[in-house]
Amino acid sequence: MSAATTKRGMKTAQKPRKKTLAQRMKPYAALYLMLLPGLALILIFCYGPMYGLQIAFKDYNIGMGIWNSPWVGMEHFQKFLTTDAATRALTNTIIISALKLVFSFPMPILLALVLNEIGNQAFKRVAQTISYLPHFISWIIVASLLNNLLSPSTGAVNAIIQQFGGSPIYFLADKSWFRPILVISNIWKEIGWSSVVYLAALSGIDPSLYEAAIVDGATRVQRIVRITLPSIMPIAVIMLILSMGNIMSAGFDQVFNLYSPQVYDVGDILDTYVYRRGLVDMSYSFSTAVGLFKSVVGLILVVTVNVIAKRLSPDHDAGLW
Amino acid sequence: MIKTDTKRDTAFVVCCYIFVALLMVVTFYPFWDLFILSISPRSEALKPGLRLFTSAPTLEAYRSVFESNEIIRSFWNSLVRVVLGTALSLGLTALTAYPLSKRDMPFNKGVTFIILFTMIFSGGMIPGYLLIKDLHIMNTIWALILPSAVTAYNLIIMRNFIEGLPPSLEESARIDGASYFTIWYKIVLPLSKPVLATVMLWIAVAHWNNYFDAMIYMHDRSKFTLPVVLRRILLENELDKYLPAGVVDTGTAPQTPETTKGAIVMVSTIPIICVYPFIQKYFTKGVMLGAVKG
Repeated sequence: MSAATTKRGMKTAQKPRKKTLAQRMKPYAALYLMLLPGLALILIFCYGPMYGLQIAFKDYNIGMGIWNSPWVGMEHFQKFLTTDAATRALTNTIIISALKLVFSFPMPILLALVLNEIGNQAFKRVAQTISYLPHFISWIIVASLLNNLLSPSTGAVNAIIQQFGGSPIYFLADKSWFRPILVISNIWKEIGWSSVVYLAALSGIDPSLYEAAIVDGATRVQRIVRITLPSIMPIAVIMLILSMGNIMSAGFDQVFNLYSPQVYDVGDILDTYVYRRGLVDMSYSFSTAVGLFKSVVGLILVVTVNVIAKRLSPDHDAGLW
Repeated sequence: MIKTDTKRDTAFVVCCYIFVALLMVVTFYPFWDLFILSISPRSEALKPGLRLFTSAPTLEAYRSVFESNEIIRSFWNSLVRVVLGTALSLGLTALTAYPLSKRDMPFNKGVTFIILFTMIFSGGMIPGYLLIKDLHIMNTIWALILPSAVTAYNLIIMRNFIEGLPPSLEESARIDGASYFTIWYKIVLPLSKPVLATVMLWIAVAHWNNYFDAMIYMHDRSKFTLPVVLRRILLENELDKYLPAGVVDTGTAPQTPETTKGAIVMVSTIPIICVYPFIQKYFTKGVMLGAVKG
């Protein structure tokens, strides 16, 4: 750092009248000192693992360490694309993400619109408080709530099914039910919390628009379709585009706490696959390669999606940066 | 407001109320069902169906949970993790965010980019694990609190808030000769209380709920945190290993393994359910802060 500083400092020093970099930095010395511990932690714990990513191209050997392990080129990536379980994890990830996008995404918007029609403020507040709650509960707890509700022998859901003459379903071990359960439980957990951003957008709508519509005799539904929906469309589009950037992460904590070998065919995603191959089977290099593939595709998606978000937003100001 | 609702409008509003009421029931019922199960006697715990109430509530299951030294110890471990982790993380985040808010400081842009980049790309699970191993902090609390101590998201939220503070206070302190550290400590921190509260709660909830790092980094049973023990008991059926001898299910005990599991879930969830309504507004406030982008 200091070497680079003086070098650049000398370069600028050749231009007259302009302060050298060192001179410009000096008043901020205390601030650099304050920056140091946090930056050091980021460099170690975020960039350290990026240094470790090289083992995706090596044959990692614990005794030899990351640096000294021999290079093997793209071998692990070829293996990734020819291993059935790995490609299955890739397709599952994309399918589960797509399902969540289609079914979970509109729900918070719907809830925000409905909450907006609730005139009783106390009722509204209680409803919001209750609907945010699951967001703060860990997936381990949610998984055990689901185990209890969906249990084929004592669960409430199966009891109702039997009441109507159906036969009990073992939802969490049933291949045709596992993905719907993922989508529904995701909605259940996040619908309230995700609606916060839309409620914020709703509160920013100019009330005179509604008053004018009322004078013109518009019904509530017409007001929603003509005023409320168009007003929150921009934020909804941005949220949609941003969540498309996350397609490679289908929700590790959720799947990891709900799945079992019976449903690997439909539920095993890239992250859970990496966990089993890496930390259970200890194929460090191979699982790092799978993880790197996921991260790189994710990076490309996020960057692309941000460019699109910027193009679409009226003031070219949307997106992460 | 003018009363303008037609009959169809009224019907629509009624539908909205019904929708929201249903959502409240659907959200809350799973917790209630498990709560009732946890206080049900054996005869009712084994019966299928909706659990709205129980005729003979018993706290037997809770007694066996509180008699388990391992569960109590994991609760304690989690508490230590939350307190230490939150203090370290909040302090460092606030300390780092302040220099980041000085946009005309040389290298500010570069450092900000280094931090923001971690939001969109990471080394991933395995290299992260190997790093902890190579740093020799495996099986220590550092493995749980150092890697997540400073995160890009919290830094940006806090930096944006600090940037929005009125500059006049800081300027007059500068004229009086106060150092940056004094300004940070005496002026910026007190003014940042709302954002500090929000970020603190986020960090604390994350530490309370996070199980994965503890699961892969902590090898001694005595160091397990509550979520790790929960996972083992609830999802890997290791209940027997965590209960003291004598309360293991024999088929005649007043509680069943299911009621005991329910009691464990309640013990770990009730703190959140009780505290949460009072601090909820800080969380939502934070989302608004987050909407102001970097």
